[in-house]
Amino acid sequence: MASLRDIKNRINSTSSTKKITSAMEMVSASKMNKAEQNARSFVPYMEKIQEVVASIAAGNVDVDHPMLQSRPIKKTGYVVITSDRGLAGPYNSNVLRNLYQTVQQRHRSKDEYVVIPLGKVGTDFCKRMELPIAKSIVGLDDQPEFAEIKEITSYAVNLFEDEEVDELYLHYNHYVSAITQEVTETKLLPLTNINEEGKQLSTYEYEPDQEAILNTILPQYAESLIYGALLDGKASEHASRMTAMRSATDNAEELIDELTLSYNRARQAAITQEITEIVSGASALE
Amino acid sequence: MTSSLTTAQGGVRLKTLNVSVVTPDGPVLDGTYEMVSCRAEGGELGILPGHIPLVAPLTISAVRLKSENNTEYVAVNGGFVEVRPDQVTILAQSAEKPSDIDVDRAQQAKERAEQRLNSKREDDVDFKRAQIALQRAINRIDIANHQ
Repeated sequence: MASLRDIKNRINSTSSTKKITSAMEMVSASKMNKAEQNARSFVPYMEKIQEVVASIAAGNVDVDHPMLQSRPIKKTGYVVITSDRGLAGPYNSNVLRNLYQTVQQRHRSKDEYVVIPLGKVGTDFCKRMELPIAKSIVGLDDQPEFAEIKEITSYAVNLFEDEEVDELYLHYNHYVSAITQEVTETKLLPLTNINEEGKQLSTYEYEPDQEAILNTILPQYAESLIYGALLDGKASEHASRMTAMRSATDNAEELIDELTLSYNRARQAAITQEITEIVSGASALE
Repeated sequence: MTSSLTTAQGGVRLKTLNVSVVTPDGPVLDGTYEMVSCRAEGGELGILPGHIPLVAPLTISAVRLKSENNTEYVAVNGGFVEVRPDQVTILAQSAEKPSDIDVDRAQQAKERAEQRLNSKREDDVDFKRAQIALQRAINRIDIANHQ
């Protein structure tokens, strides 16, 4: 049986771990709230831009823009959103496993696809598994601003425009609620499902003409889709980390309870032993 | 709402426009104004209440929002404007009110861009990028000085 001091030490170290994990839980909770807010304040922009794009696409049958057209697929691009830091439970492993399975299923050789990872964990994973990386970005802020990721979004959209890739997918954790996140794959480009909602659309005049408008709006739309997914992913990351840290705190608490029990038992045993010794010593003297 | 402007109902005309400026980082401005002028890629646009629905891409410029006795400015970096008879929405990747502009930062960006323009050749990608950065910086500084 472990000595009293050993148990005491373990209790101490577990409770200091618990302090850290519960602090991390609280930090993640507040970051999650902020990330959720950011995702919410992005919604009006997204809705508006979607509306305009949809009404242009619906208003004219003969819209002809490379970003709206499917072409034969020779190469596929995958944008993957991961975090920079670990300790976020299954957040990264889920999305990366999903990516890995997808590329294994869909492609026979490494020339057929290219990965654009956001976040350090994703980048390291791609390097380790030797997946072809087109470009990666690490060190994103917890509350990313649009300007920060502008470079990578326009890079991804340009890959498609220059026909380097013929379709572009987005893999990320969709934030459902604080306790549920879903790995999601969405097709970013070509834009084929803009007009799904069937809302009442207004018809516009275009200044100077539709083509010029599409040229400005469509890249902006595609970029904002990536940004939206990133905001969504960040909210999921913090939620996932919060959950992971909460269960770590709970586990630590359980362990401390158990250890305290065996500490008390050991103490009791020591006392009993001492009494027995004294009593037997006294009775030997009689 | 839009029906109140048709002449069929006795020529009722709206006097104001709801204007909102929206960016990916959230709404920048929301208010009621009498006139909006902005610089589209095809030229200057003045929008009064009752304008036909219109979409136009914007340049890096100032959007002027006029109400009864004053004019407000907003710096927009591209994007586009969506007009409806009673509602104007400006969607840009970034936009700032004069009070939110960091003049020092814009000044630094301006100097950086100028340096780059001097050191790169004209067909370089960075040259184009620096040109845009310079436009943005100058636009911000101009608008901040309006206040």
